[in-house]
Amino acid sequence: MTKKIPVVEKILGANETLAEKNRALLDEHGVYAINLMASPGAGKTSLIEQTLPKLAERYRIAVIDGDIATSIDADRAAEAGADVAVQVNTGGNCHLDAVMLQKGMEEIDFSEIDLLLVENVGNLVCPANFVLGTHKSVLVASVPEGDDKPYKYPGMYRGVDALIINKVDLLPYIPFKMDYFRKGVEVLNAELVTFSISCATSEGVDEWVNWIVAEVEANKK
Amino acid sequence: MHELPVTESILKITLRHAETHNATKVTDIYLVLGQWSTIIDDSIQFHWDILSENTIAVGATLHFERIPVELFCLDCANTYTPTDEELICPRCESTRIKVSKGDEFNIDSIEIEN
Repeated sequence: MTKKIPVVEKILGANETLAEKNRALLDEHGVYAINLMASPGAGKTSLIEQTLPKLAERYRIAVIDGDIATSIDADRAAEAGADVAVQVNTGGNCHLDAVMLQKGMEEIDFSEIDLLLVENVGNLVCPANFVLGTHKSVLVASVPEGDDKPYKYPGMYRGVDALIINKVDLLPYIPFKMDYFRKGVEVLNAELVTFSISCATSEGVDEWVNWIVAEVEANKK
Repeated sequence: MHELPVTESILKITLRHAETHNATKVTDIYLVLGQWSTIIDDSIQFHWDILSENTIAVGATLHFERIPVELFCLDCANTYTPTDEELICPRCESTRIKVSKGDEFNIDSIEIEN
């Protein structure tokens, strides 16, 4: 005899539970964590390279880099002044999940750290579905990707707290309707904090860094 | 590639519920997938067939109920389905929107034998 039984359970519930554990560990040590997400080539690593020197005097910073393979990004973060840089290779997975972050976090002595920057795998589809336990999620968009991305990847634009529009120095050369882009973003995420920056010219980087400082300090209280 | 961890998760949840009901076999699994949360497609049946080997859920059929996105305008109370190019409210052009449907990513129910 067959019978139907109700389940009504979130498929990714286990990941969410583990993410809460990651958050608890971070909070226990007073560490503020940011999850940086973007498509490949949007400028996540360049942004980290721009950010680290401006915060190095103020905070002890760890970087966890997620990539399918190689340690190129963690090496760049270490070079740019990260106190600790950990590479997590996802072995084919297209995103970091809470388990992988936990593994990366095991390699860090959080009593020696104030700020954790997590660089997710370059991907504009799934990272937003897998919460990690960080305090804030940030999406790095870039002008050459095109102004239609909020419409094509609504999941990513909805699941973040701040948006960086990188490579704005290329705006004169690329057809990118900022109004159309912003309207799409606004519908999906009215509360979003946005920064227009260029990692090539450093334009706008200070505003982003000031935001991080305000976030870290507010979290201490 | 995230089909594997997602399928593992579905299998884990399924087996836990099947065990609670003393099932001897799981025949069907009903998934509810919102359009904006859907990060899997029907190909996970293939992953399922491999992962569920040696469990009571081997050979079970996955059913996908797909929920289209439905938006609710906070300004004029219009409920609408957005198009590919336009997300704003088609009636009053507001950007103050709430997603009323399309976020689901759940196992709704399973069918078992016991």
